Amino acid sequence: MEKAFFILLVLVGVGAFFGIVLAIANKKFAMEVNPLIPEVEDVLPKGQCGACGFAGCAKYAEAVVLDPDVPPNLCVPGRAEVAAKVAELTGKKAEETEPRYAHLKCRGTKTAKAAAYNYQGVPDCGAAKLLQGGPNACKFGCIGFGNCVRACPFGALSMGEDGLPVVDKDICTGCGKCADTCPQKIIELVSFEAPVTVSCSSHDKGGDARKYCKNACIGCGMCMRNCSHGAIKIDKFLAVVDKEICKECSDPTCLTKCPTGAIGSLTGKTKEEKSA
Amino acid sequence: MDYLALFISAVLINNFVLTKFLGLCIFFGISKNLSASVGMGMAVTSVMTMTSILAWLVYFFVLEPLGLQFLSTIVFVILTASFVQLLELIIKKQAPTLYNMWGIYLLLIATNCIVLAVPLLNVENHYTFLQSIVFSIGSGLGFALAIILMASIREKLAYADVPKPLQGLGVAFIVAGMLGLAFLGFSGMM
Repeated sequence: MEKAFFILLVLVGVGAFFGIVLAIANKKFAMEVNPLIPEVEDVLPKGQCGACGFAGCAKYAEAVVLDPDVPPNLCVPGRAEVAAKVAELTGKKAEETEPRYAHLKCRGTKTAKAAAYNYQGVPDCGAAKLLQGGPNACKFGCIGFGNCVRACPFGALSMGEDGLPVVDKDICTGCGKCADTCPQKIIELVSFEAPVTVSCSSHDKGGDARKYCKNACIGCGMCMRNCSHGAIKIDKFLAVVDKEICKECSDPTCLTKCPTGAIGSLTGKTKEEKSA
Repeated sequence: MDYLALFISAVLINNFVLTKFLGLCIFFGISKNLSASVGMGMAVTSVMTMTSILAWLVYFFVLEPLGLQFLSTIVFVILTASFVQLLELIIKKQAPTLYNMWGIYLLLIATNCIVLAVPLLNVENHYTFLQSIVFSIGSGLGFALAIILMASIREKLAYADVPKPLQGLGVAFIVAGMLGLAFLGFSGMM
C-alpha cells in the first residue's frame, strides 16, 4: 500500500513539476509575433522560390516587417504589384523593380550540335555532366535533360522539340531557380530592356566551336567591329555584350553581321508591352 | 582509459543505429540531405547528453531510494518530452540562430527511441555520473556518424541507375544493411 502511494507521488510529482516549469517558461520566454507578418505573407505569391534571398516567403515576410533595412521590393515574382502592397503594409518606400526573365545562352539544338558519345544514363543534366562534361561535343552548351524545367516553381519552362528548354516569358517571374540548378550555368536573367544578347556560352576556339555546333559563337569579332558604341567585347572566343551601353542603341547593326546567328535580339516583348 | 574505451565502444562497436537498430525512423527520414543530417546529428547529441544527465539524477536520487526502479521507463519518457519542450522554448528566445538551424528536428527528437534508450541503458549498466555523460556523448556522435555517412551515400545514389522497384527507401534499406555489416567489423576491436 505504501509503495502504491509512492508510485502515485512520484508520477504526479514529476508530471506536476514539469507542467509548472513549462508553464513558467512559456510565460517567461514568450515570443511576441508581430500581427503584420502573416498579413504580409498572405500578399506574397507563395512560390517559395527564394529569389528574395530568404528561405521562403514566410522568412521574407518576417524579415521585411522586423528589419527596417530590408526593402519591400525584393519579391521578384510578385513584381511591382506585390512590392507596392508590401510597402503599404510595412510603411516602407517602394522602389521600381526591373522585371527580368530567364534566357538560355545556348542555341545548340538537336540538329545543330555534334555528340561526343551516346549517353544512356539517368536523364538528369547533373548526372550526364559527371561523365566527361556531358554527351555533347560542346562542353559549354545545354545538355537538354531539363533540370531547369523541373526546378521551375511556376511551370514557365518546357522542353522544346529541338531539345532546348523554352521559356514562357508571360509566366516567367525571373526568380532564378532554373539558373541556380543548371549545371552548365547557361541560364541568364535578362531584363526586358536588353535589346541584344549572345545566345552561346562556348569558349572553344572558333574552328572547334563551329565543328561542335553550327550555331555557336566562333569569336570572329564581326559584331565587335560593327558596333558603333563599343558595347561588344570578345572574351576567350565568346562575344560579350555590355548591357549598360547596349541599352541606348537604336539600330543594332551587329545583329545582321553575325555569320552564325549566335548574337540576336531578344525577340520577346519589350518592357512597355509586358506591363500593358 | 576506461572512459576512452567506453566512448569508442559507444561510437563504433555498439553504434546505436547500425548495431542496435534504434532511431531508424529519423535515420531514414532525414538522411536524404547532408546538411539536414548534420543538424539532426548535432541536435540529437546535445539533447541526449542533457536528458541523460537529468535522468541519471532522477534515477539515483529519487527512484532508487524509494525502490521504484521499475518506473524508470515512464518517468524518463515524461522527462525527455518535457525537457525537449523546455529546451525549445529557451533556445527560441535566447539563441534564434541555433533555433533556425535545429528548427523542427528538436521536436522530432522529443519522442525518439534513441533519446529514451540512452538514459535507460545508463541506469541499467549502473554507470557512474561521468561514465553516463561519456556514454551519451559517444552514442550521440555514433548516431551523427551513421546518419552523415548514410546521407552522403544517398546523395550519391540520386545519380545512380537504381531499378524501379528499389528506388527510394528500398535501396536505402539495402545500403543501411551494408553499413550495418561494415560496422560489425568493429566488434572485434575489444
